Amino acid sequence: MITIQEIKKSLIVSVWFMLLTFPIMVIRVNTVEKIVEWRWENMFFIGISVFFLSFLWRYLMKRKELEKKPDIGTWEISILQEIVKKPKILICCSCCLVLFALLLPFIFSFYQTNIITNALIYVMLGLGLNIVVGLAGLLDLGYVAFYAVGAYSYALLNHHFGLGFWSVLPVAAFLSAFFGILLGFPVLRLRGDYLAIVTLGFGEIIRLILENWNEFSFGPSGIANIKRPGLFGIQMSLETSIIYIYYLMLLIVIFTIFVVNRLQNSRVGRAWIALREDEIACQAMGIDKTKTKLTAFALGATWAGMAGAIFAAKTTFINPASFTFLESAMILSIVVLGGMGSIIGVIIASFILILTPEYLRAFSDYRMLIFGATMVIMMVFRPQGIIPNVRRTYKFSKSRIEN
Amino acid sequence: MKIKKMEYFFELFLGGLTRGSIYALIALGYTMVYGIIELINFAHGEIYMIGSFTALIVASVLTLKGFNQISILILASLAAIIYSGAYGYTLEKIAYKPLRHAQRLSPLISAIGMSIFLQNYVLLAQTSDFLPFPNLIPEFEFWEPYSHIIGSPQLVIILVTIIIMVLLTILIKYTKIGKAMRATAQDKNMAMLVGVNINHVISITFIIGSVLAAVGGVLIASHIGMINFYIGFIAGIKAFTAAVLGGIGSIPGAVIGALILGWTESFATGYVSSDYEDVFAFALLVFILIFKPAGILGHSDAQKV
Amino acid sequence: MLRGYGKNLALLVIAVFFFYGNLFAGDTIKFGISGAHSGDLASYGQPTVKAAELVIKDINSKGGILGRQVQIITQDDACKPEVATNAATKLVTEGVHVVLGHICSGATKSALGIYKDAKIVAMSPSATNPPLTQSGDYPNFFRTIASDDAQAKLEVEFAINKLEVKKIAVLHDKGDYGKGLAEFAKDFIEKSGKAKVVLYEGITPNAVDYSAIVQKVKQSDADALIYGGYHPEASKLIMQMRKKKMKTIFISDDGVKDNTFIKVAGKFAEGVYATGPKDTSKNPLAIAAIEAHKKNYKSEPGAFFLNAYAATLALLNAIEKAGAIDYEKITKALRTEFVETPLGKIKFDEKGDAIGVGFSMYQVKNGVYVEIK
Repeated sequence: MITIQEIKKSLIVSVWFMLLTFPIMVIRVNTVEKIVEWRWENMFFIGISVFFLSFLWRYLMKRKELEKKPDIGTWEISILQEIVKKPKILICCSCCLVLFALLLPFIFSFYQTNIITNALIYVMLGLGLNIVVGLAGLLDLGYVAFYAVGAYSYALLNHHFGLGFWSVLPVAAFLSAFFGILLGFPVLRLRGDYLAIVTLGFGEIIRLILENWNEFSFGPSGIANIKRPGLFGIQMSLETSIIYIYYLMLLIVIFTIFVVNRLQNSRVGRAWIALREDEIACQAMGIDKTKTKLTAFALGATWAGMAGAIFAAKTTFINPASFTFLESAMILSIVVLGGMGSIIGVIIASFILILTPEYLRAFSDYRMLIFGATMVIMMVFRPQGIIPNVRRTYKFSKSRIEN
Repeated sequence: MKIKKMEYFFELFLGGLTRGSIYALIALGYTMVYGIIELINFAHGEIYMIGSFTALIVASVLTLKGFNQISILILASLAAIIYSGAYGYTLEKIAYKPLRHAQRLSPLISAIGMSIFLQNYVLLAQTSDFLPFPNLIPEFEFWEPYSHIIGSPQLVIILVTIIIMVLLTILIKYTKIGKAMRATAQDKNMAMLVGVNINHVISITFIIGSVLAAVGGVLIASHIGMINFYIGFIAGIKAFTAAVLGGIGSIPGAVIGALILGWTESFATGYVSSDYEDVFAFALLVFILIFKPAGILGHSDAQKV
Repeated sequence: MLRGYGKNLALLVIAVFFFYGNLFAGDTIKFGISGAHSGDLASYGQPTVKAAELVIKDINSKGGILGRQVQIITQDDACKPEVATNAATKLVTEGVHVVLGHICSGATKSALGIYKDAKIVAMSPSATNPPLTQSGDYPNFFRTIASDDAQAKLEVEFAINKLEVKKIAVLHDKGDYGKGLAEFAKDFIEKSGKAKVVLYEGITPNAVDYSAIVQKVKQSDADALIYGGYHPEASKLIMQMRKKKMKTIFISDDGVKDNTFIKVAGKFAEGVYATGPKDTSKNPLAIAAIEAHKKNYKSEPGAFFLNAYAATLALLNAIEKAGAIDYEKITKALRTEFVETPLGKIKFDEKGDAIGVGFSMYQVKNGVYVEIK
């Protein structure tokens, strides 16, 4: 029930926001023309909307508090996690999903197909970064550098030597892995936020070199007319090639999911998780820290490199402006929003983050505002991510012991 | 009018000093917030931007009302300081406080989201164009003979940075709230046990950090002469780099890091090429962190096993 | 269970958005507009939409073209190449017949391939990158603005022949537009043999302070500085140079020939040279267009307004002359039929550049740009 006290609280909040937003929302000065515009109606709107939103905010907060069950440490289990646990339902669900994905280009227009391909590229990037951040616990703010390396390797090799997409894809992956190791070496000793800033610097250095070294990368004007991926030399129209790239991407994403899933439970995957949890204990268990960290960087970079090559082939034009820090932040957001270390989470998050701005085109001006707010709200009410990773736990069942 | 080598060096030195002081003003806020809750506050640059926008709006309204320059400077700065402080306070309450017990990366994403939100908020409520910022800092007459070496705005920026650094150090070392801040930074639970209201301390830290950003916003904007909604982001990244370089969490470290960054950029431009000034800045950062993994003045804590 | 409900709702919302796209159809001429409508470059993209709205409102009230009304469909590309391909694909799916855009050269390049495959004519009011037309890769591309090399040539010839300077420093903002222009300027100076490039460098846009690069210009002892880029950096540079009491001549480009530059730099802007489109202030169509903008939007028109106005007129005129919406006929009409626009009487050459659109040199005198004959 809404008590007088709550109304009072909301009133105070709304007055606070009215005052807070006063200079920026109400006054608009045109210093060039020397005109001041007073928009009092904005203050009124802010007051009303904040008043009601504060009720919602408090209600949601209260629910979040209630959800915090006493047994801290085990995550609540949502429906999707339930599904993941039961192999039968999982297989059934993924079959449905794959079928849907296969039919998708025939159901939707090719614009939809195109942006879903975009989202798939980000799924791949997210899964790649998930290895570095989610599994190995190394905060990387310059992941986009490897994406750029992949994109430029295809664009340049195609431009200078006319190499096709399929022959360059492994080269791009290899080059990115090499750069991953190159970055990995100097930062082995760093931890936490120091690592973050060095990777950020690394990302910026790569971008600046691409921007300034004209003889090598054609500078800010970029490289145009990159070939779309071929299929045994068949000529394709725009529409078929969009559909073709979609299927290609789908295939590669399924492959990525498969590999990352296998990696997670492999020897090296366990080593990453151990490293993330406690470096010293991990070393005491006889894990080679250097090797483990470097494989994480190299493998993470490999996926970014491949995604980069596909990106270049898809847009047919690249320039350094596509590889800014904001892009790294976006990929990192995908990983964290999805739930660190969780594959399904990353997939869902990349669809949300990439498709929201596209479908918000209707709100054109407001879309980035809504996007930023969504990020904050998602984090506030679901800080562990959409689908938090379930820790592998070993349970003794009574019957087995008796046997 | 070719100038001598020594003079050229000196000019570059002064240019780097100005740049460094500008970074320092923003880096101080970063480092304070980080020191206390170990959060990279990506929205700090946006607070700086909002501070300068508020100052611009207030100053323009007052100019049209016919106030004189000194009162405009004081009132506009005051408004910028109050509003930035309020924004910083609200920001912490909305975007960071609910996340205090979440995993470490969640507040970072929330901060990035807040940064995008605030940028677009100002873009929509105000304008996407560059706006000319009035020259609020007067040209001192006594300084006129030297103004070709370093202008009065630069001089003011450098002096204010020094004063703020000294004041902050005193605040943290000798006052009660400073002690509470240090206690919270070391161990939140323990601080609570000995009677420190940590919510209160964190709020105050955010307010102080934001106030510093506002001071920076007013000074820098009147030195550069124009602002738009995007200025906070780039300045923020550079300031963050400076704070890490000096050892994040350390007040003198932030200033030293910022100055080193400023000088690197200035000399790289002067003697090599401005094409690669940022490459030099980041390469230096990587280089220093390899040898001093916790920054210049940061001390790496011995790990407890 | 509330959580499950929330998820369903989210799915529903997404599904609704999915189907949203294909609702419109009808017997209108679909006029696509794409450019930066959001983000930090929005101020370069929005005037184009306003220009097209004005022209099309006028034409629709007179009964449209070929008896059909013209419908505007806008898509935001935020000046980013990867977003531009999405925007272009979206426009193609919605069945636009011609496109006005894009604004930035990079975005235009990435989008043109899509229009080319879909056989749609695109006309940019502002993309000045020379290869767009000169490479011959895009027969479907036209523009109502002259390319960068023409601008750079004018700057250099003016500096060498009129101002007779011997040492020139060339700076740029590392951007697509600025750097391309600066490279052409450097080449032209070196080829002329009459002057020397004493400094060629890129400055970092949005940097907080430019005193180091200003010192370097001083050290290089240049008589003139040619800057390629936009007005925010240019005004920072000129302010710092003049405060250091340097008298180096400042020559820049269309990105600086903007009234905001004069307003920001104030007294320091005096004497600055900048190239810009030929003076159209006496063209009756231009006067009418600006009046209409002031009446409808209660503000002065922004960047590339007249170019966009001219492009809209040229496109619609071509459709009318072609008599049908047919790619071949429209491109032919664009190349053969003259049309009256605010930029003068124009048609397009084989490569897609407008004939009759060029640049002149302007100088700031008493706070306004004055054309130098």
